[in-house]
Formats: sequence, structure tokens, C-alpha cells
Amino acid sequence: MASVDIRRVTKQFGSHPVIHGVDIAIADHEFVVLVGPSGCGKSTLLRMIAGLEQISGGEIVIGGRVVNDVQPKERDIAMVFQNYALYPHMTVHDNMAFSMKLRGAPQAEITERVNKAADILALTPLLQRYPRQLSGGQRQRVAMGRAIVRDPQVFLFDEPLSNLDAKLRVAMRTEIKALHQRLRTTSIYVTHDQVEAMSMADRIVLMRDGVVEQIGSPLELYDHPANVFAAGFIGSPAMNFLPGMLRRAGNELHVETARGIRLPLPSNAGGTDGQKVIYGVRPEHLSLGGEGIPATVAVVEPTGADTFVYSEVGGVPVCATFSERHAFEPGKQIVLKPQLETVHLFDEASGVAIRNA
Amino acid sequence: MQKPNAIAADAITAGAQPPARSWLSKALEGRNTLGGLFMLPAAAVLLIFLTYPLALGVWLGFTDTTIGRPGQFIGLENYEALWDDTVFWLAVFNTLLYTSVASVFKFALGLWLALLLNERLPFKAFIRAIVLLPWVVPTVLSAIAFWWIYDAQFSIISWALIQIGLIDAPINFLGDATNARASVIAANVWRGIPFVAITLLAGLQTIPQSLYEAATLDGASSWQRFRYITLPMLTPIIAVVMTFSVLFTFTDFQLIYVLTRGGPVNATHLMATLSFQRAIPGGQLGEGAAIAVAMIPFLLSAILFSYFGLQRRRWQQGGRDA
Ligand SMILES: Nc1ncnc2c1ncn2[C@@H]1O[C@H](COP(=O)(O)OP(=O)(O)OP(=O)(O)O)[C@@H](O)[C@H]1O
Ligand SMILES: [Mg+2]
Repeated sequence: MASVDIRRVTKQFGSHPVIHGVDIAIADHEFVVLVGPSGCGKSTLLRMIAGLEQISGGEIVIGGRVVNDVQPKERDIAMVFQNYALYPHMTVHDNMAFSMKLRGAPQAEITERVNKAADILALTPLLQRYPRQLSGGQRQRVAMGRAIVRDPQVFLFDEPLSNLDAKLRVAMRTEIKALHQRLRTTSIYVTHDQVEAMSMADRIVLMRDGVVEQIGSPLELYDHPANVFAAGFIGSPAMNFLPGMLRRAGNELHVETARGIRLPLPSNAGGTDGQKVIYGVRPEHLSLGGEGIPATVAVVEPTGADTFVYSEVGGVPVCATFSERHAFEPGKQIVLKPQLETVHLFDEASGVAIRNA
Repeated sequence: MQKPNAIAADAITAGAQPPARSWLSKALEGRNTLGGLFMLPAAAVLLIFLTYPLALGVWLGFTDTTIGRPGQFIGLENYEALWDDTVFWLAVFNTLLYTSVASVFKFALGLWLALLLNERLPFKAFIRAIVLLPWVVPTVLSAIAFWWIYDAQFSIISWALIQIGLIDAPINFLGDATNARASVIAANVWRGIPFVAITLLAGLQTIPQSLYEAATLDGASSWQRFRYITLPMLTPIIAVVMTFSVLFTFTDFQLIYVLTRGGPVNATHLMATLSFQRAIPGGQLGEGAAIAVAMIPFLLSAILFSYFGLQRRRWQQGGRDA
């Protein structure tokens, strides 16, 4: 097992830059999730770590060794591919045994390691089957098994769950996390699903367009998003954003929207009077209150545990979720009261979060 | 995936009381009946255009027909004559030699070319088109070109070798038995490679890149990737291609007929050319037909071999696509 250091790494395909100087330090045993919208360069970064893509600039260090010019097979890394990439002409057993067979490991050791991995992943009854004879979830587990058998320095996962149905995805998510807690192998996991990122990661690396937007623990990203992008990406339903003007008069402090609606702020909020800001509040941090933001109900979506209420505040759509049950009617006026300490302020021009004073 | 229509149809059938079906509608819905019905026209065409000439040929083999005179049924006499005919046995030997040597070279070179073309190359499409050329050119045309290349006096190969200084007299390509055999085999290989190469290339391109990447990370060298990924995944296609290649080569006629007419002294006579020579210029239709019929067991065994080789391997069976 090893740490992975990504230092000022850049990548370009031909003259087309895709990754613009990424720095990530991943500690030994850590489970890091790379998350970001489609096309932001997650897979490319992962493939550079694996050695499947050349590194255009900067360096990648695995376990203290710069691997820029190290062949993939010498990097001692196992990767789980999105399409699993199981060898279709080999049985489950042979798929898992392949790397050891290539290395010339003794038969007894191969059998032992494969059986152990099969045991962990409940694949024992399937060992003699071919990949075609397996369900999607079983294939996914074989792909994991192939990685585990290797006992590598680092596990790489490229959206391993995206081909599974929603229920199985949740189950496998837990299984992978449990597996990591057991094996403690440094893992880098790529996904574009923020729920997956939040629930699995020790640390999340949030990327956009080949740049790291924020690195932190899931709750750090949730509680203290560094900018509008991070705030909007993490959390479901997404944070509500209301553009407006910061008004500061003595102790009185609020944001005023273009239509003159007053959005309350905590007394320690940062920013200067007259600054153009974006007022951010998560749906789960809104409650029904006597004083607050006046809103018009548009659509109500009960989901059982929570009720999602989509409303409008001065022409801007605002979502609120309630775990207690209220009777909402479309078209009716309600007042949404934000939890002041969870309100976020961002500078409108730069999108960067304005820290509390 | 089930189509919405199908679901709706199911729902309707489930809801309404199904009307008693006539035997006709039942029969029509049966997979086999309907399938058979659709195959009927094709089967009729096949019967007329394939089976009739074949049957006629087989029948001729049992007669003493000559050109201009309808023959009589003479049983196995033609075959008995062939049994004692040394030229016939030489032709059998030549055909087997020609087929096996040419097929091995076509396979090896074709696979090699396919692997090369599968790499990232500049002007890929252009090179692929060039590779196809020998196959696109009519056989007779390429045979005439080879005839010129192998000419006893004006051969470009002899000329080049003399210029380099390797030899001092032109090579007698088609006049000497061994040379002639090697020459016709070389011409056949040249002509047959594109088919093998392009088909195998198509097969190579169906192998997902991620398998190679997974194998690379698993520690496979490029030889091991070829040995453990490419080759096993290509076997079904290799089997098809090589069956066809063997059939084409075994029944080859044009190249030989243009280049050597079976000479020198029958050294390059194949069963096909001998059959033609006996039947048409020789006029012995019955005997020629018997030689052609004698090819059938060889062809049949080649087909059977590939039939069993082609049977879907276990890993290809079952379940949805990966
Ligand atoms: N071989 C390539 N040649 C040229 N451009 C490429 C190549 N591979 C990827 N790209 C480009 O690099 C960018 C990042 O691609 P990448 O596959 O890393 O995205 P991703 O974050 O993994 O997206 P997704 O979530 O959709 O998988 C994309 O704009 C893509 O078009
Ligand atoms: Mg990707």
C-alpha cells in the first residue's frame, strides 16, 4: 500500500489541453473520490495514474517513486473499469488468476488467493462460469475480485457502479466501502454521482474542466463549499441560489434581490455593503416560519420520508424539503425561513464563497 | 428490453378471454412453421441453381459421356480408372501441397498484416485500400501479371537479382517442377492474403481496447496480450476465414491455368485443372466429372472440420452481451 502524490499534473491530447495542473496528495490507506461533471477529466487523471495515458506535465508519485516513466505493469496498481473489462473467454476463476499466472506464481498460491477473494465477494459458486453467464452485479464483483487478488499498492475505480440499477448500486456502494475498511488499500474512485462521492469518500476531490475546485471531507464540502460550483454540485436537491445585493446598515444585514425581497443573514456574515452576491441556502435548511422569505408554491412532490416543495421567490425557483408533513397547495403563498447559520454567501462575479467575519 | 407495444399486447391478451384459435393460426405462430414458410423460396432457388448442376456432375461421373455423344451409365468404371491413374494421384498430391502450404502462408502473413494494420498508422484508410488491391484485381489479370513476372527471359525478379549480383542467369520459374510449384503457390498467397488480412482485421477491431488495458495492468507483455487475449478471442473468426481460404485454394483453377496449364510435366496440375483438361479439351466429360467429384470428400472434410471448430465456444454462449 502506498500514498499517491499528484503534482501539477497536466494533460493534453494533441494541442487540446484537458487537465490544467492538478495537485492532489493522497495518504496511504485513504479512500479518495474524484467527482465532477462529465468530461471534466476524471477518467483521464485516473488513467494517467494507472499509466494508460502519458503524463504531459508535472509528476505522479506512488509510494515515494516518481512513476511518469514507469511501465503500467511495474506500477503495481489494479483498476476496475466501468465496463468491467472481464476477459470473456476465461472463467471467473481464470479472470481472477490471470495476473498471478502471468507472474508465474505457484499454483497453490494462486488457488489460495483466488479462493480467498472469491470468499470475500461471495463468488465461490460462480468460479467456473464465464462472464457472459453472470448478472451485472456479479460481473462487477468479479472485476473487484480480479483487483483484490493482486493485492496492489493502489486500487483505481472508474465509475464501477454506473452500469448497475439503482438498488444494486446502493448495495455495492456499501460493499466497496466495507471492503476498503477491511483491506485498507489506498483507493481512488471516480464517479460523477455526488451521492456516491459523499457516502464513500474519506476525502472528495471535486473537479471541473480539468481543474480541482475543492478538496475536503464530504462534510467539509457540504458545510463549507468553496464556491458556487461546489455548492451546487454537492447536495441533493441542489442548493438554491438567489442573486442580490448585500445590504449592511449598522447591525442590520440582509441581501436584497432585484425585486426587493429581503433575504435574512446571520449577524456575522462577511461581505461589504453594496456587494453583488449570490445567496445560497440548501433545501433542507428551509423551514416554514412566521418571518422569512415569501414564496409561491409551484409543485409539491411527496417522496414518503420528505416532501419536496418547489416554489418561486421573486421569479427565482427555490426548492425546500420538509420531513414533517404540511398541507401545501400550488399557487399558495408560504414563508420560508432559512437556518441563518447555514446560509452561504458567494461573490457574484467570482463565485467564490464569502467567509463569515 | 421489452417494448411497450409488447407489454400492451400482453395486457390485452391477458384481459380478454382468448378466442379459440384455429389450427392454422396456431401453426402460423409456431416458430418452425413460419420459419419454414419463409425459407421456402430461398430453398427452391438453392435447389434449382445449386443442386441441379451438382447432381448433374455427379451423374456424369458415372457415365462415359464425351463431348458430342451422350454417354451410358458405366458404374464406377471412371473411378476405377482414376485409381490406377498416376497423373490423377499426382494432381491429388499437388492439390494437397498447394492448399496446405499456401494456406499456412496466407494465415501467417494475413494475421501479421492484420495486426500491423490494427496499430495506429498514418494514412490508415489508404493503406487498407492498397492491401485489398490484389483481391480486387480479377484473377486472370493478376495471373497474367505473374506470368510476366515469372517469364523465363524478362522476369523482373531475375533481372533484379542479376543487377544485385546474386545470380548470373535468369531463374527458370515455371519450367522446373519445384520452381513452378513454389511460383504458383507464391502467386496464390499474394492473391489470398487480402481476404485473410482484412477479415482478421475486422475481427481484431471487435476486441475491446479495455481488455488490453486490463491485461496491461495485470502485467501482460505485448506477446502475452497477443497470446492470451487476441488469439483466443480471434479463434472463431480465424476458423471461418481459414475454412473459406482452404476451400478457395483447394478449388483454385484460374491462376494455374494461366500460369502453367498444369505443367511442367503435370507438376502443377491440381484436381480442378486436371478435371477441366480431361473434360473440355480432352472431351472426356465423364472422366473429368469423376475427378471433380473426387474433390468432394476433401472439401466435405474441410467443412466438417470447420463446423466443429466453429461451434460456439462455451464462453460465447449464454446471457446478454457483455
Ligand atoms: N483520447 C482522447 N483524445 C482526445 N480527447 C480526449 C481523449 N480522451 C478524453 N478526451 C477529452 O478529455 C476530456 C476529459 O475526458 P475524461 O474521459 O477524462 O472525462 P470524465 O471526467 O471521465 O467524464 P465522464 O464522467 O463522462 O467519464 C473530455 O473533454 C474528452 O473529450
Ligand atoms: Mg470517465
